[in-house]
Amino acid sequence: MSGMDDLYRENILEHYKHPRNQGTLEHPDITYEDANPLCGDRIRMDLNVRDGRIDQIRFSGHGCSISQAAASMLCEAVEGKPLEEVKKIGRDDVLEMLGIELGPVRLKCGLLALKTLKAGVYGMTQWPGEDGAPEGGA
Amino acid sequence: MLSSGATGTRASGRALDAHKIRQDFPIFRTPRMKPLIYLDSAATSQKPDAVLDAMNRYYAGYNANIHRGIYGIAEEATAAYEDARRKVAAHVKAGSPREIIFTRNSTEAINLVAYSWGRANVRAGDAILLTEMEHHSNLVPWQILAAEREAELRYVPVTGDGELDLEALSRLLADGRVKLMGVVHISNVLGTINPVPDIARLAHDAGAVVLVDASQSVPHCPVDVSALGADFVAFTSHKMLGPTGIGALWGRRALLESMPPFLGGGEMIREVKLSGSKWNELPWKFEAGTMAIAEAVGLGAAVDYLQGMGMDAVFAHDRELAALAMEKLSEIPELKILGPPAERRGGVVAFTLGEIHPHDVATVLDDEGVCVRAGHHCAMPLHEKLGIPASARASFHCYSTPEEIDALVRGLRRALKVFAR
Repeated sequence: MSGMDDLYRENILEHYKHPRNQGTLEHPDITYEDANPLCGDRIRMDLNVRDGRIDQIRFSGHGCSISQAAASMLCEAVEGKPLEEVKKIGRDDVLEMLGIELGPVRLKCGLLALKTLKAGVYGMTQWPGEDGAPEGGA
Repeated sequence: MLSSGATGTRASGRALDAHKIRQDFPIFRTPRMKPLIYLDSAATSQKPDAVLDAMNRYYAGYNANIHRGIYGIAEEATAAYEDARRKVAAHVKAGSPREIIFTRNSTEAINLVAYSWGRANVRAGDAILLTEMEHHSNLVPWQILAAEREAELRYVPVTGDGELDLEALSRLLADGRVKLMGVVHISNVLGTINPVPDIARLAHDAGAVVLVDASQSVPHCPVDVSALGADFVAFTSHKMLGPTGIGALWGRRALLESMPPFLGGGEMIREVKLSGSKWNELPWKFEAGTMAIAEAVGLGAAVDYLQGMGMDAVFAHDRELAALAMEKLSEIPELKILGPPAERRGGVVAFTLGEIHPHDVATVLDDEGVCVRAGHHCAMPLHEKLGIPASARASFHCYSTPEEIDALVRGLRRALKVFAR
């Protein structure tokens, strides 16, 4: 299993197999769904906000291990945090959580959860970290 | 194979020696950490030395623009470019090289028909008939045309076996409003070999013109455009051992003669005045601007290479590998193969592996040096019909070997282990 360590580190497989914060909220304050048409990955984020903080967050959807593990890790990281902090989370933070390098196609898998969260929280619809230069993929 | 329009004159029975053939492909000789197991030839094929050398000879020996220069190397370049056209014409048994128009790829060939023939012939209330198994390249140009002309789009359904519903086809043609039918010869996802001659006959009887997307057939099997019964046939070089950047449209001469140009510019004109222009004759009427000369030369060399093996032998080889892959893959209980049984498919096997996303499957396989395609293979409507967001696909060409299928199976078993919940 040597080479596979780089691709599927234990933490990714762990979050993929046992996702945190998976599900939906009954009457969420914020709900947003987005998809990556290239691979059919789909993620919905439901949030309840109290005093400017993310009180509860749940994700649902389907997709590859990278997209699902990133959603799980992201939810775990932001629950209880001020909404303002979500704005500061960037692509590098997600990559750090995942702990792996991602090629141009799978980068979008890794960033779909963050894109969905940011779109729900403050209407950002660009891919996180996008500087206008095409990286391939979609 | 007659019923699929794939005909051949060579005696089949001469099997390909893929291990020997591989030696002609520099990508397989390139030293690397693990051997390259390339099972994505439906996306693009690898290129033999003969193709790369021919292109290099052009650039190093007689690089000049074509159809213009009055000096030696320009005449040599023109001769090589037009010689490539003759080779391509013979490869698909076209009546004349004038019926072969070089394009950038299949997509551009189909767009040429949609913009030129389509705009001149499709009116409000007309219908364009396609199938649910088309590649986006044979969907989107017609969607654009239909929106512009207020024409109706119709689709022949795909059956549970991954084949076209021919009874529905007759019904869809019945009102006589279908002006054009577009159909793929061999599906890039399901591998299905469609009975194009039968389909074309029905469409013609209903008054429609027929365009065949032959992107997965011309590179792999003998194709006779007259036997197909089509009016237009589109194919691309890079899937048939040739370079990217060049493809071809074959069209019936009378139809091509009647069509307005697609792109305007140099070479496609006979006479230009500030008040207007007269078009060049076929095929140059449709070849505006400096064409991909080196790529045409490379495509000519690819055709020579394919003909040297014999298209019957290539097809038999690809189909044998597909049958072998289906047999070995079906030993994995979690694996589900898409499309018809081996006897009705080309060298393409798409599948899903349990609940594991095809991207994850492809990533594990990549770690084993195995290259497969994962995604919707530019056929999103078909995947929607199949009820899956994506699939993984293994596809073969003359250099593919049975050992590579064993590596694929090993990789898939490892993916099952990695993602076992």
